[in-house]
Amino acid sequence: MSDAAHEPSRLAKMLDSDFAYKFRTSPVAMVSTAVTLLLVLAAIFAPLIAPLDPFNPASLNLMNGFTPPSTPNQFTGESFLLGTDDQGRDVYSTILYGMRISLFVGFAAVAFAMVLGISLGLIAGYVGGWTETIIMRIADVQLTFPSILVAMLITGVAKGFTPVEYRDSMAIIVLIVAIGLSDWVQFARVVRGSTLVEKNKEYVQAARLIGRSPFTIMLKHILPNVLSPVLVIATISLALAIIAEATLSFLGVGAPPTQPSLGTLIRIGQGYLYSGEWWILFFPAVTLLALALAVNLLGDWLRDALNPKLR
Amino acid sequence: MGIIVSVKNLTRVFDVSKPWLNRVIERLPKRKLTAVSDVSFEITENTVYALVGESGSGKSTIGKMIVGLLPPSDGTVEIEGVNLATETDAGVIERVRSDIQMIFQDPYASLNPRWKVGDIIEEPAVANGDATDGLAEKLLEQVGLSASDVRKFPHEFSGGQRQRICVARALASEPKLIVCDEPTSALDVSVQAQVLNLMSDLKDEFGLTYLFISHDLTVIQHMADRIGVLYLGRLVEEASPADLFETPQHPYTQMLLEAAPRMDGFGREVTPPEGEIPDPINPPTGCAFHPRCPLAIDRCATERPVLEQKEKARVACFRAGERAI
Amino acid sequence: MSQPVLSVRDLIVEIPTRHGLLKPVDGVSYDISPGEILGVVGESGAGKSMTGNAVIGLLDRPARIASGGIYLNGERIDNLSLAQLRRYRGKQIGMVFQDPLTSLNPLLPIGDQLTETIQEHLGVSGGEAHNRAVAALDEVGIPAAKERIGSYPHEFSGGMRQRVVIALALCAEPSLLIADEPTTALDVSVQAQITSLLKRLCRERGMAVMLVTHDMGVIAETADRVAVMYAGKLAELGPVREVITSPRHPYTDGLMGSTPLASKGKRRLHQIPGNMPRLGQLPDGCAFHPRCPYTQDRCKADPGPRLKTCDGRAACWFPLDGAQAAKGVA
Repeated sequence: MSDAAHEPSRLAKMLDSDFAYKFRTSPVAMVSTAVTLLLVLAAIFAPLIAPLDPFNPASLNLMNGFTPPSTPNQFTGESFLLGTDDQGRDVYSTILYGMRISLFVGFAAVAFAMVLGISLGLIAGYVGGWTETIIMRIADVQLTFPSILVAMLITGVAKGFTPVEYRDSMAIIVLIVAIGLSDWVQFARVVRGSTLVEKNKEYVQAARLIGRSPFTIMLKHILPNVLSPVLVIATISLALAIIAEATLSFLGVGAPPTQPSLGTLIRIGQGYLYSGEWWILFFPAVTLLALALAVNLLGDWLRDALNPKLR
Repeated sequence: MGIIVSVKNLTRVFDVSKPWLNRVIERLPKRKLTAVSDVSFEITENTVYALVGESGSGKSTIGKMIVGLLPPSDGTVEIEGVNLATETDAGVIERVRSDIQMIFQDPYASLNPRWKVGDIIEEPAVANGDATDGLAEKLLEQVGLSASDVRKFPHEFSGGQRQRICVARALASEPKLIVCDEPTSALDVSVQAQVLNLMSDLKDEFGLTYLFISHDLTVIQHMADRIGVLYLGRLVEEASPADLFETPQHPYTQMLLEAAPRMDGFGREVTPPEGEIPDPINPPTGCAFHPRCPLAIDRCATERPVLEQKEKARVACFRAGERAI
Repeated sequence: MSQPVLSVRDLIVEIPTRHGLLKPVDGVSYDISPGEILGVVGESGAGKSMTGNAVIGLLDRPARIASGGIYLNGERIDNLSLAQLRRYRGKQIGMVFQDPLTSLNPLLPIGDQLTETIQEHLGVSGGEAHNRAVAALDEVGIPAAKERIGSYPHEFSGGMRQRVVIALALCAEPSLLIADEPTTALDVSVQAQITSLLKRLCRERGMAVMLVTHDMGVIAETADRVAVMYAGKLAELGPVREVITSPRHPYTDGLMGSTPLASKGKRRLHQIPGNMPRLGQLPDGCAFHPRCPYTQDRCKADPGPRLKTCDGRAACWFPLDGAQAAKGVA
């Protein structure tokens, strides 16, 4: 007989939840969220924030090459916050634009892996039998290869099939598919495990009883209840996907030089590390580290916060 | 009054073998567990039929077969004269199915934690394609909750309130038969009283029929119009509560009644029953109860007694009606 | 009368939460004499298990004993360090829980677990400990104890496992046994075996038993005295026959009345209106007053009645006499 007028609003309830309380009392969670948000926002609004557009040849001056951070260039007298690279591109701007590629590839690859892994995991767990055996054995086999190798294999094969003129424009999509395909297994395994638990619960039996189709039961009943471990894996996967993308780009099989990601920037920079132009490598590397670390810490915290056993 | 459920020679065997590879390597035979064996009974409309038994008696398995969650290995279940396992007319299946509902034991597991109470209650009606305007609100008030609870989630309710929500959901498709599998054994005594009273009231109001599954003799005695006692997958005795509790015919029923704790049994010294329930994978020969039975004779070990009419009860025992204690 | 084995005095257990201080056990006092079985009943959340856990020092953090005293054979044990308390547990206090598997190590034969406990607490030789282990299994009714002593916990059925746990709890010859819902997970026929075993052991050894359960029938048949708990407080404490047949606290009355046993032959069960309040939302005055059919102004205003401040048996300002009991009304 609760009085509707005194019901707290949804927002108030959310802010008062245990989850919100844990968040407010955890400095790690607050800082890592702040860093992640800052970097993501910076990437999204890169065109507004960046002082220069590093992809616009008109704004480039080769004379500005190798300008150290915050020091006037000896020829042009121009000064750049984080210095410039070999072609005179502002490192600060390239990082902002590079992060866009890195984050886009990361998010898209995780989304792809999630959709694939969740669907296969749900089907394997709910249907069982031979379907389950086949899906899970494929997953097991794939787990025996390091995921970066799988990704390289896929990129290599895809490159072989793409006509040369499309390679650059397809590169990003190939990258997303490659990282996503190397990452779906853990989603599938976790979702299958949770599905096996959930499908024996009485609410699923109650839904079967009234003749709901397996598709409806999987999608509407089981899926919402297996999502919290998925959220944790997705966050940690995001960090891994960003690093995987950087690794692939660093190895030269990832993002093309026309669309440099953080990994590409690091590859370019490492050539100049020992000749004294450290900033070309240093600042992209620090950004990548900060991004991956913040997302990873957030994922770790989420895992603890959502784990009922640790409550 | 008509017969709403008719169960004939119902049998269910589970394959509990190890995976085939282990079987091949370890040279193990297939292992079969007979959970329900040759059970027949009928339920009259607007009555409460109770199945009572200890763990492994097969009472829940029977319930699941009746609602269609498990296919029988042998025998038939007819509801309103329709056998859902063999019926081909989709319209008939639809109609009979919406006449059956189930209430489960664990009110914490039987409500989807991510769904709002209103959606949970309306789901059976939605699945039937029926109108749902104001249905959840109406049902919530009928089970003693508030209409504004439709927007809440299950975790905001206590165990007893959740079981009321389960009852409301069961009523949504306007069923005739509700199978209740230990509906109050997870609840506290005072909450149990509330839920049992509610179920009695709803039965009268909507002319419902209950199949009531429980291990609690006191609850059964209170609720049932007819009681079937199960032991190791077989019906050993069936009688009205008055007859069963006054003059139990089967030695197992006698033992069960004697062992059940009583509120007026201060300092009562019971001779505890001998032994425990045997392994259902290797049940004893003859009458499954003979190794624990104080009345057992040689014949009990070799021949299985069939369920026969004996005075007002049906009993499966060669020495039915004799008292050991 | 001899000195009580266990004395609990004004025990308060607190759980600090961010919404404030919860008191799952609030001012509970009772004694258990040698050879006596005290039944503790109450519904979930009433604090009955928490009382038992406080006695054996097994409170999960952040729950803690805030005040009051626990005395075992006259010695105060609530302020002992964990290491000191561990000596008491097992040696002087035996424990039996609902799920026998939580008390047994699945990887060790039961004989090893028994002999280890006996050697640790009684300081006897290995051979002697083995003999005592066999004797202990024999005493709790494990058939062929000598042969089965090498078996692992999973090789026993639920009822037999609970017997092994009882043997384990009793092998160091404790003076107090705390049994928390020992028969709840068992079938009726096995339950009768276990309760009659507990009664026999209690009588033969002069051991004090605290039996925590929600089953009124088990209490009636097993306990000598019964403590009824509601919302962390003792509602009523007295000899089992009197408390059940003529309850003085309206809550006890309602609880007894709502069991199907008590309403034999009636179409409706007696029911207590409403739900047990959550610990964080206890009403002022007597915690039961919003659900009580006999509430008067004093119940709402005066802070919760205690056994001491009332008539010594029921914590109620207006205890029932026999005629008032609601059981007959339904």
